[in-house]
Amino acid sequence: MAQTQDIELVVNGETIQASVPVRTNLVDFLRDHVGLTGSHVGCEQGVCGACTLEVDGVAVRGCLMLAVQANGSQVTTIEGVSAKLVGRQLQRAFVEHNALQCGFCTPGMIASSIEYIEQGGASDRAAIREHLSGNYCRCTGYQSIVDAVVSVIDKGAAA
Amino acid sequence: MKAPDILYECPQTVAEAVALLSDDGRFCQPLAGGQSLMPMMHLRLAQPEVLIDLNALAELDFIEQVDDTIHVGSMVRYTTLLNSELIRRHVPLMSLSLPHVAHSAVRNRGTIGGSTALADPAAEMPAVLKALNAVIVAVSQSGPREISADDFFQGIYETALGDDELVHSIKFPAATDQQRFGFYELARRHGDYAMAGVAVSAQSINPYTGLRIIFFGVADQPLRATGAEAALEGSMFKDEPAILEAQNALPADEFTGDVGVSVDTKVQLAKVVLKRALLAM
Repeated sequence: MAQTQDIELVVNGETIQASVPVRTNLVDFLRDHVGLTGSHVGCEQGVCGACTLEVDGVAVRGCLMLAVQANGSQVTTIEGVSAKLVGRQLQRAFVEHNALQCGFCTPGMIASSIEYIEQGGASDRAAIREHLSGNYCRCTGYQSIVDAVVSVIDKGAAA
Repeated sequence: MKAPDILYECPQTVAEAVALLSDDGRFCQPLAGGQSLMPMMHLRLAQPEVLIDLNALAELDFIEQVDDTIHVGSMVRYTTLLNSELIRRHVPLMSLSLPHVAHSAVRNRGTIGGSTALADPAAEMPAVLKALNAVIVAVSQSGPREISADDFFQGIYETALGDDELVHSIKFPAATDQQRFGFYELARRHGDYAMAGVAVSAQSINPYTGLRIIFFGVADQPLRATGAEAALEGSMFKDEPAILEAQNALPADEFTGDVGVSVDTKVQLAKVVLKRALLAM
């Protein structure tokens, strides 16, 4: 038994093999070992949501999962979301609605928004706010972020 | 901060997992959903030598009905519970509480067994288990053992679970037609830990009979308010004097404050959540 483990996972469609220290969490692995610095590390306690990304089709906190636990998984980070139509629509809508200023929260906001839309979430501001309540933004006041998500749902092309 | 250097085991069966737990003198820590343990490791509040990752144990991922009991495996995630028709129909108090458990991305990983074994006094699950008189099935190399929720939760992160035991599953009595349930919590932000919350079950509400009123986030463990239950017993639904009497019969001397919320504030918030939960039953 070693304190390092060999893992193999698919990140944004690309197979990655690596030997990682067990204590390394998934978002640190993606940033420091794979070089994908789009997912941000905020609080490391699961509170801020900046590291939210997709593992095997569900949104998770990248800081609350060990890299070794992603062995055999399919991971999508902000660098990979434009492979999906809904990802591209959200990216465009965030720009059009000024839904980001510093951009620190944006990768997590997009990951949580993709999950909301893919689950058939309604164009209901209160429901969108509730779904995004686990993602902190310190710039925009959220109004424009909700505007962006609403606009994508209202266009209806995400289904 | 980052997690301490740790060893990692990923057993494929419960038998392997409990064998690892009974192993020598190493400090082994089971890892369920990790939504509390990972932050605790990052903050170095938890520094285990060996993580026993339970996420490969498919045999602990089940929800089934056996006669009048709903049996839930410890590795069932909150999102699965939230989407379960069996839970919605037969354990409605659980369904009332789940939207208050953290946020979607956390519910996608967090497990009922993890929350139960951790016994965070501000968490929803321990209070729900206690309000429903649930039974926790623990397993070790010596076999399974059943522990009532009343006996299981013993203090802050303290349970009746032995060092060599895992939470295998939880048994809930299926709700009867007469039973009613209430749940309410106040948190600074939706999904955050409660400043005060309450889970209520009643055999009937008009009149109130067989109440179990369990507060969370106000003491070192889920706190049963037997005085409030007695004040309501026999009175009619929404009876204002009885509710007022119940609010004034809270076990305030057992309340403890936390960072930013004093005991007095918690007592006041507990009165508020109790009334709101009762009126919505």
